Amino acid sequence: MSAFNCTLRREEQAVFALRGLYEEYGYAPYKMSKFEEYDLYVRNKEFLISDGVITFTDTDGKLMALKPDVTLSIIKNSRDEAGCVQKVYYNENVYRVSEDAHCFKEILQTGLECMGDIDAACVYEVVLLAAESLRRVAPKAVLDLSHLGVIDGLLEGLSADVRGAICRCIGEKNAHELKAVCAAYGIAADVTDTLQRLVSLYGAPTKVIPALKALVGDTEAVATLETLTAALVAGGYGDMLRIDFSVVDEGRYYNGIVFRGFAEGVPDSVLSGGQYDRLMRQMGRRGGAVGFAVYLDRLGRMPEAAKEYDVDTLLLYDEGCDLTALYAAADGLRKEGSVMLQKEIPAKLTYRQVYRFVNGEVTPV
Amino acid sequence: MKEMLNIALPKGRLGEKVYAMFKAAGFPCPSIEEQNRKLIFENEEVGVRYFWVKPSDVAIYVERGAADVGVAGKDILLEYRPRVYELLDLDVGKCRMAVAAPKGFRDDPTRTLRVATKFSRIARDHYAGQGRDIDIIHLNGSIEIAPILGLSDVIVDIVETGTTLKENDLEVIETIVPISARLIANTSSFKFKNEAIEKLLTQMEG
Repeated sequence: MSAFNCTLRREEQAVFALRGLYEEYGYAPYKMSKFEEYDLYVRNKEFLISDGVITFTDTDGKLMALKPDVTLSIIKNSRDEAGCVQKVYYNENVYRVSEDAHCFKEILQTGLECMGDIDAACVYEVVLLAAESLRRVAPKAVLDLSHLGVIDGLLEGLSADVRGAICRCIGEKNAHELKAVCAAYGIAADVTDTLQRLVSLYGAPTKVIPALKALVGDTEAVATLETLTAALVAGGYGDMLRIDFSVVDEGRYYNGIVFRGFAEGVPDSVLSGGQYDRLMRQMGRRGGAVGFAVYLDRLGRMPEAAKEYDVDTLLLYDEGCDLTALYAAADGLRKEGSVMLQKEIPAKLTYRQVYRFVNGEVTPV
Repeated sequence: MKEMLNIALPKGRLGEKVYAMFKAAGFPCPSIEEQNRKLIFENEEVGVRYFWVKPSDVAIYVERGAADVGVAGKDILLEYRPRVYELLDLDVGKCRMAVAAPKGFRDDPTRTLRVATKFSRIARDHYAGQGRDIDIIHLNGSIEIAPILGLSDVIVDIVETGTTLKENDLEVIETIVPISARLIANTSSFKFKNEAIEKLLTQMEG
């Protein structure tokens, strides 16, 4: 790690690393205003992670909101032309209710979106970039992958309420409750059994894909998942890849491939994304889309070696000393680390070594 | 050094019962069985660390990753909805979440129902499902006396044997949901300590 990177906080290092990565793949930076018309969020409320939105009335009387989300704004401003694929990344502050603190927080989020006439190559590229993003920001990471088509195939024809209740159980890996919910809504025993088995399927693609085929057959969704994971394994991401059907979407905006990333030492997911053609349709777009967001605030929770000292060297000087000689001496010491100049030892400051500058000479105290 | 699986146990009788289940599943920790006031116990050989916490705090320890797995009542999971995996119904600590009222209570659906409870979210969700207008009175204990003193019309609380209700001239008028202890896991720990958690789960299911 360069000396430059050492001075950056983990979130800042991540922004720096990810920006470079996305630009390597030709994604263009997307900059937007902090505000958006509130109406956009009302129409797509279920897409938002949290309900709370900070609103205010603009000078023209329009109800505005501080952005709780970036994706909706990007879709709203995207081009909707046949054959066009737009690739953008962003680095923005969003304002929403923190699930941990239960109050509004400014959250730094980075991510990318690939939208328009997307195909399997686009989906692969975005999942690959999600895996690579995790690799660049966390020493040990896991990317959970699922295909919503597998569960959708089993839940076809069910009302949104029932589907929501079942998806909640799947999301919690809660096989016992799933059985009770299915029984309450009169779902066939064989479907219930398959859903319960899906909940407990977890692991590397080589282990899960054969079990999945035995469970639901060679469906299109399974074939997509197999092709995608095989390409990712060939690309060198096999060690971090897991198939996990608890990555679900209760809001029904996502379809196809969905994924979630975890970093060791962080108790919650640090990345989430997937294909969201349904949201595109709802917003009047003909094309599809796939993207993800990295929750940079959560990366700050990765365990770090605590700094032993506030400063490496404390250099004491007397008022009126020769400034040129003093700063030359400090620069000399700076080769060994950080140097703080003080006239007296500050209370509560911790330091590795302390020197005094007297008559042009530096002597240890 | 062997990677440790951190397990949050609820203090009290239920905790002792579930520790016996963990021990039988191949995760013993002899030091926890000694009578003392310590709260954290380790068995490095097996790779397990247990700690006693307040039952209502288990879900917080697990959600925040201080514990990899833990045992929490379904009442706590329904009330606080922590982002955790609910892996197993342990079938112990069984009771029910119920609505209770003074004996002979006649509900007037034209009036707002005053509900005293420690479980505001469960009560709110239950009555929202019925389209009933309610006034939640959040209390932290001695819920049973609220209707007696006229503070509320009914209470929503955990009922185990019903003795406390009976002694206070109350009776269950509706069961909301059955409750039991659940094995929960942190979503991230489930990925990084998967082998140990799956082993524990398989043993406990068996």
